[in-house]
Amino acid sequence: MGQAAIELIGINKSFGAVHANRDINLEIPRGTIHGIVGENGAGKSTLMSILYGFYQADSGEIRVNGQPTTIRTSNDAIAAGIGMVHQHFMLVENFSVLENIILGAEGEALLKKSIAKARSELDRLEREYGLEVDPDAIIEELPVGIQQRVEILKALYRGAEILILDEPTGVLTPAEADHLFRILKQLKEQGKTIVLITHKLREIMAITDNVSVMRQGTMVATRQTKQTTVEELAELMVGRRVLLRVEKGAANPGGVKLAVNNLVVRDQRGVTMVDDVSFEVRAGEIVGIAGVAGNGQSELIEAISGIRRAVSGTVLLDGKPIDVTGTADPGELRDRGLAHVPEDRHHVGLVLAFEENENSILGYHDDVRYLKGFLLDVDAIRNDAKSKIDGYDIRPPDCRLRTANFSGGNQQKIVLAREMEQDPGVLIVGQPTRGVDVGAIEFIHKRLIAMRDQGKAVLLISVELDEIRSLSDRIVVMFAGRIVGERGPEASEGELGLLMAGVEQLEAAE
Amino acid sequence: MDIFNAVIQTLDSTLRLSVPLLLACLAGLYSERSGIFDIGLEGKMLVGAFAGAAAASVFHSAFIGLGMAILISIAFAMIHGFASITHRGNQIVSGVAINFIAAGSTVILGQAWFHQGGRTPALSEGERFSSITLPGANAVKDVPVIGQLYSELLSGHSLIAYIAFAMVPITWWVLYRTRFGLRLRAVGENPAAVDTAGISVTWLRYRALLCTGVLTGLAGAYLSMTQNGGFVKDMTAGKGYIALAALIFAKWKPVNAMFACLLFGFLDALAIRLQGTPLPIIGKVPVQFMQALPYILTVVLLAGFIGKAIPPRAGGVPYVKER
Repeated sequence: MGQAAIELIGINKSFGAVHANRDINLEIPRGTIHGIVGENGAGKSTLMSILYGFYQADSGEIRVNGQPTTIRTSNDAIAAGIGMVHQHFMLVENFSVLENIILGAEGEALLKKSIAKARSELDRLEREYGLEVDPDAIIEELPVGIQQRVEILKALYRGAEILILDEPTGVLTPAEADHLFRILKQLKEQGKTIVLITHKLREIMAITDNVSVMRQGTMVATRQTKQTTVEELAELMVGRRVLLRVEKGAANPGGVKLAVNNLVVRDQRGVTMVDDVSFEVRAGEIVGIAGVAGNGQSELIEAISGIRRAVSGTVLLDGKPIDVTGTADPGELRDRGLAHVPEDRHHVGLVLAFEENENSILGYHDDVRYLKGFLLDVDAIRNDAKSKIDGYDIRPPDCRLRTANFSGGNQQKIVLAREMEQDPGVLIVGQPTRGVDVGAIEFIHKRLIAMRDQGKAVLLISVELDEIRSLSDRIVVMFAGRIVGERGPEASEGELGLLMAGVEQLEAAE
Repeated sequence: MDIFNAVIQTLDSTLRLSVPLLLACLAGLYSERSGIFDIGLEGKMLVGAFAGAAAASVFHSAFIGLGMAILISIAFAMIHGFASITHRGNQIVSGVAINFIAAGSTVILGQAWFHQGGRTPALSEGERFSSITLPGANAVKDVPVIGQLYSELLSGHSLIAYIAFAMVPITWWVLYRTRFGLRLRAVGENPAAVDTAGISVTWLRYRALLCTGVLTGLAGAYLSMTQNGGFVKDMTAGKGYIALAALIFAKWKPVNAMFACLLFGFLDALAIRLQGTPLPIIGKVPVQFMQALPYILTVVLLAGFIGKAIPPRAGGVPYVKER
């Protein structure tokens, strides 16, 4: 104890004109959990990539356990006992867990022995840290929480003493996140040093010993977690005071806009994911669907928005049926006033290679406003994009920039602006703030409330229980494809958590 | 017995005709499994065929010819690697360029060196790979069925043909049982995972292309030094493309690749066999139709009879570390 596991001294890194890291100094004591917070683009990930040898610093020194260490490649980092769990998992999806774990650490040219060794070592790690994983499972068939566990096991298998986790809970459910934190605490007790990069302040408060704040490439402060508050950290991150609570008045629900009756949806394997679900959303209210990821919420909104075929059941939009078991398609539904912000903005919501203005009309590109004869009216599209950029404070304000070059929060704003500005009667929103930073979350929440107050029906799906609780007027909880309860916004986290875990179901069965 | 003989002969030529396809297909498998699309199989086979025949006729040695075929083919594979791995160029463009360079340079050099209109001199007995009679083949020749199958069908092929079929289990073993194979499969799926595991993506992909070069060299040598007694202009005649089709058909798996190549070889053999022979009911089929049959079948099969063929996920995309 006492000695620093990692010391960073005067680290600088530029990408072209962007000074991503500016004179960073940081000391991380051994055997602690150290949080690094900052908005997207503040330079956290760059700094950690330098530590892991993915990038090299332009200048500065890294000391590991007091020894000046040159880290040129990931191999150097691994040799220095540094392991990393990346935000986007570095796993080969069609490989088994074992194959992923030994990749790069095979030891010898033939696989047989290394697989046997990995199997027994995995067994030990599982027992020691409570990291249960089926070693022969194929990665793409595992839930994200387990995939992340594989990433942690990968690092431990390589003998990591210092573990860096980049936005580890971005893809996790509350229960999965809690499990992760238990694992991290256990790792800390075993003397490992953990660096946690996140922009979720609650997590920082819950688990870290110390916290450093980054803003615009510089390290602005380091605090002992015990002696700071969420408000102080948020202000340090954003550089201004941030409203963390959502302020909203009482809902004023009107007529039923969207009615779902006895909907059944199966996934591509034929497993029933949505099982006889019925609910309705009225004008002027936000209905939140809470649930641990993988309990059918995704399939539910895909079916309602026409992306996935339902097996049976009916959905009524403004009293008229949507052919969810047959020909419903997103284009038709858009015309009828149902807008959809998909959960996965990278794969479903946006074409990352397109310019911002192209994405800002995607799906509405056959609307007469954007057409000149049978050609696209480029000027109209760009002007439209510019007004959305202004209205939603999308940064950088450049409608010709490739969408991939925007940060996650700004990409999300592009999708939200596109769907909300079409003035739909019903808005379905999946994970509106996943991977979005504090300032942008505040903005997105305000917009959703504003939609509601204009008398729109909003259906919200989120794995962030906090978000569901602070935005929703009614909360519907899904477990194993069924609706297991409905609560008001005043329901406690514990009560909802029990519903989400299916506890009442179990008790009823007994 | 006549029909039996005809069947054996057709199967025998099936084997012969599928050898170059199989070698090229496995060559493509190494490359594409590592995430490098290789449309230049055709060109590499062609330069291999030319280099092999040229060296064999100059040095009067089949083995020097084979060595040369492999070396030159590797050199072309490395050019593809330099363009598409080191310089992250477009893999299709690089592959097409290699095909053009191969088609042109072989004829020019052939004419300049041998003055036979782009051909290489006809290879004599010791300069080609002659057929190998398997032990006991002559002894069992007269045993009905089994003996005939052994002596007529399995025996009597060249060294390269046996190597080609041996490469199927070897490739399977390399791919699924060795460290290199694990990494090779990984780099074609998710190079970032390989990179963060501390393995060089570049070096790994170059090694994959090295395997490709060796195999296309063998395929070329088979064409000019076994099937034919010398190099003829454009003698690959689209086999590199058929091999690519077979690779997709085989879903990038070695054993499937063998069956796919045997099927294409069989169609080829059938086309040759049935030329000019009147068929029952249909009558005489035009030669051109029979020759087109393998290609028609390729289109039909690829259009939907093979189920979903999922290529290696990182295929065709140069690996760039920075986002």
